[in-house]
Formats: sequence, structure tokens, C-alpha cells
Amino acid sequence: MTVTPEIVDYISELSRLSLEPEEKASMTAQLEQIVGYMDVLTQLDTAAVEPLSHVFPLKNVLREDVVVPSRERAELLANAPVPDEEAFLVPRTVD
Amino acid sequence: MNELLQCTALELGAAIRKGEVSIPEVTSLALEAAGANPNNAFITLTPEAAMARAEELQKHLADGSASSPLYGVPMAVKDNICVQDVPATCASKILGGFRPPYDATAWEQMLAGGAVSIGKTNMDEFAMGSTTETSFYGAVQNPWDTDRVPGGSSGGSAAATAARTCWYALGSDTGGSIRQPASYCGVTGVKPTYGTVSRYGLIAYASSLDQIGPLARDAADCAAILDLLQKKDPRDGTSLEMPGAGTLLQSLTGDVRGLKIGIPAECFGDGLDPQVRKAVLEVAEVLKRRGAVVQELSFPVMKYVVPTYYIIACAEASSNLSRFDGVKYGWRAEEYEGLTDLYQKTRTQGFGTEVKRRILLGTFVLSSGYYDAYYRKALQVKSLIRDAFRSAFDSCDLLLTPVAPTTAPRLGESLSDPLQMYLSDIYTVSVNLAGLPGLSMPCGQDDKGLPIGAQLIGPHFGEATLLNAAFGYQQDTDWHKKAPKGGARA
Repeated sequence: MTVTPEIVDYISELSRLSLEPEEKASMTAQLEQIVGYMDVLTQLDTAAVEPLSHVFPLKNVLREDVVVPSRERAELLANAPVPDEEAFLVPRTVD
Repeated sequence: MNELLQCTALELGAAIRKGEVSIPEVTSLALEAAGANPNNAFITLTPEAAMARAEELQKHLADGSASSPLYGVPMAVKDNICVQDVPATCASKILGGFRPPYDATAWEQMLAGGAVSIGKTNMDEFAMGSTTETSFYGAVQNPWDTDRVPGGSSGGSAAATAARTCWYALGSDTGGSIRQPASYCGVTGVKPTYGTVSRYGLIAYASSLDQIGPLARDAADCAAILDLLQKKDPRDGTSLEMPGAGTLLQSLTGDVRGLKIGIPAECFGDGLDPQVRKAVLEVAEVLKRRGAVVQELSFPVMKYVVPTYYIIACAEASSNLSRFDGVKYGWRAEEYEGLTDLYQKTRTQGFGTEVKRRILLGTFVLSSGYYDAYYRKALQVKSLIRDAFRSAFDSCDLLLTPVAPTTAPRLGESLSDPLQMYLSDIYTVSVNLAGLPGLSMPCGQDDKGLPIGAQLIGPHFGEATLLNAAFGYQQDTDWHKKAPKGGARA
């Protein structure tokens, strides 16, 4: 598997990360090395194996629907970098 | 050093209950030891809150209400576990300024048992690393040799416990992050069965693998801590009822007669330091003398565990860390043009290199065109890894392996070669993939005087067996009692 600069550009964009040219070069080389190592998994025949996402066969974990108070808005907004009294503020997205 | 700092958490708890020492007295002792932040083990120290808590607990002690054997014993909390109103940074710039408005369930459980926290410990950024060098707040030094790493990612918790700055600490373990620093720093640590400790309020790295657990002086201390931590929590959908929860400490006898211990041949092959091999195999001899039966077995999937782990962990990390966008909490880039640029600049400037690497890797293995070849494949191999453990536990009760291939490397040696660092996790990651309990305990020292750790792995809910074997081992040996020279050193 070759990790090209184009692949790195694409996954950077998906991840909302922008890499400086130097950082991108070293990251591309390292990702290629790591992904190349991961290719060892192709040695295993897994055609008949079901993917396992959870080690315990948990299904439909239910609980009583009880009303509990949510956190105070002011308390949560206090952690935001730029809030006003009632919302998180971000740059205008719709004109 | 004050002798009290050398005793175990349970010994100190007993002295507190007998009135031989007061909680404020021992809390100020710990705060004094932690004052200059030895080894950079802490990100935040909370002396006022700790003393206020100590006074309050002492007052209630007079009413005869010690709620656990660890009542009043000062400890520390890894900085990815939420403690209300105390900064939780995950050792990242991007969480700068974040003060959780609530306690993690695991911390609530500890509070109910009378814990006193002196502060939040340093770690690899978002728990991504095996050396505690990726912290935005600077690397942690190993108290045994300050030119060396303490291991990671719970390096601050391990260093603080080893240096006798506090009596125990909470850590978290996604691929070895409790067990490996415990090994490098000469303390005992446990990664519990997945689901038995709530993850509510643990800032997520890889949700299907993360688990909170103790780093402490010995197996008995770990049992007492787990007795408080393990409880089903309706706020964590993956939380499970632990059979016999709360009875680990009282179940310790040290009797291992007839216990079948498996030694996976693949864990003692190439790449393992001969001194580590010798020390770990000596654990089998000690347990044999106590009546255990030791047998070699084959664990054929060893070659595949590291790639499987990094594919799954990075995939989950890329998803979990998308919440850090400079809007709801933490740090935001100072200059940006528009919303997308705000996200991009905040994340680019807010995350360190190792975190970016894992987000990119995770995004890659989940992206269209590569998903089947990497992520789906890893989930299939995970199934084979679980099956391999199942068949191992058909013929034995516990597995004995090294924790890491070597003792602690020098600071600065690991970061330049990330793949090499990932490979050093070979003995620990499979335990998380299979959701099993794993314990790391000191079992020797190399020729440089650095601690060596042995790992015991049990079947699901096998904590009692694990801890009892470690307890038995620690009756006959004193590696767990060895402290770094000078202990807490500034």
C-alpha cells in the first residue's frame, strides 16, 4: 500500500487538519510505514469470520425512563471559548 | 522520607481508622511531597480542595463512618478523568480552560469510599503514547532514573505512586496505559474487565477499549481500589454487573494450589530483553513453589495484535476527537475566517503531532475504499484474537507474559520512530481487544537497577484470580516494596 500525498491531503481535509509542507512530508512517510506494517493482516484468511465490534454480546441495554434535570445552561456555557448568555457563538454560516 | 509515605494505602487507611494519624496530617504530607511537582508527574495540584476534603473526612471519621478501607488515603487522578470544577486537560492544548461541570462515575465511587485527591496527573496527550512524552505540559521523568520515561500513557500516575508522592492513583488503559507505566515504574496496576468500571466522565480515546483502573503499591491495594470502582452504571451503555463486585479484597488468600498458569511461547521469543524474560519466568517458579501448575501453550495470533489494535484504536479516536472543534469547550484558535477555518485552525494548532497522526490513521482506515481492507479486517482479526484467548482459557486459569519487551527507554528515544513505539505495546494490547482483565506487577530489576514488570491475564471477570495470584507472589517476594532512591525527588 502506497500512501500518496494526495491521500494525505484527502484525509487531512476529512479530519479538519491542515499540515505544513514539512509536516506533511514526514507524516506521509510515517503513515506509509505504519500502514505497510498493518498489511500483515492480509496474511490471514478471514473470509468466514464475522467482524466483532463488541466483545460482550450486549443488546438493547434498557433502563427505566426517569426524568432527571439536565445541567444548567450557564454552567455548560461557562466552558465555551466564545459564548453569550444562551448559545455557543461561531462565525456566520448562512447569509 | 517520612515512613508513612512508604506504607501501603491499606496500611495507611488502617492507621487513620485507629487514630494513629489524622487525614489532614497525611494529606499535607502528600501535598508537601508533591509541592515542587517532582518528575513533572502532575498537571494540576489542588492543595486547598485536598485539605478541605481531608478536614471534612476527619470530622466524619469521629462519627465512626469510615466508608472503606481506603477512607482518607490521599491519591491522585489521571487528567482524562473528570473531577468537578478541576481543570481536565488530557495533557492537550485544545482542552485548555476546560473545567468539567460534573464528576466521572469512577471518581464518584472513589469519593463515596472516602478518597482525597491531591491533584491531576500528567499523561500522554489524549492517552496516545507509550512514554508520557506527548504531553503538552512536558514529559514526565521516571523516578528510578530521571533520564528515562515513566511509560505511558498513565506516566504521571505511575511516577507519583512510585515516588511515594501519594499512596495510589487512578489511570486509564486503552492498550496498556496502566500496565506498562506500572511496569516501568515498579508499581502494581490493573486494567479491569471491559465494562466493569464506568467510562462516564472518562474523556474518550477508543471507547471499545478504554477502561479506568488503579496504580498502587501492591495487589491488595489494587483489590481495595477495584472494590470501590467496579459498579454497573446506567450512564454507560457498555457497563456490566461484575459478579462478586466489592469482595476482591476479602477474597485474597494467596492460595494458588492447583492454579493453572499458561505461558504463551510467542510472548517469550525474539525482541524480548533476556533480563526481562528471565525475571518474568521466575514469577512462574515462585508460583509453582506455592502449588500452581505451569504449562506452556501456543498463542498463534501474537503477530497480528499490534496492527489490529492500532487500526481499531485510531479509527475510534478519529471519531471521538471530532468533538474538539473550538466551539463547545476548551481552546479556540485566535484568528480564523469562517466556520470551517475555525475548526481547522483550532484542531491544527490545538492537537500535538502524535494525536494528529492517530486521527489521520483512523480517518484513513475508515475512509471509503480502505474501510474493508483495514477497519473491517481488523474487526475480523479481533474475533480471532478473542477466540485464541478463549481456547487458552480452556486449558488454564491465567496467562503469564512480560508487560513490555524492555525496561524504560531513555527520554527522547521513542518519538522519532512511532512504529517502533507502537510495537513495544505488543504484550498489552490484545488484553484490551478481548476485553480481559490484566495485571502488571514488579518482578525484578535489570542491570541498571530499572524495574521489570510481569503481566497476568485472566478470563472475563477473572479479577479475583488475578489479584490472588499476584497477592500470593507478593507474599514471597519484595520487588513491590522497592522504592526509587530518594523517592519523591524535585
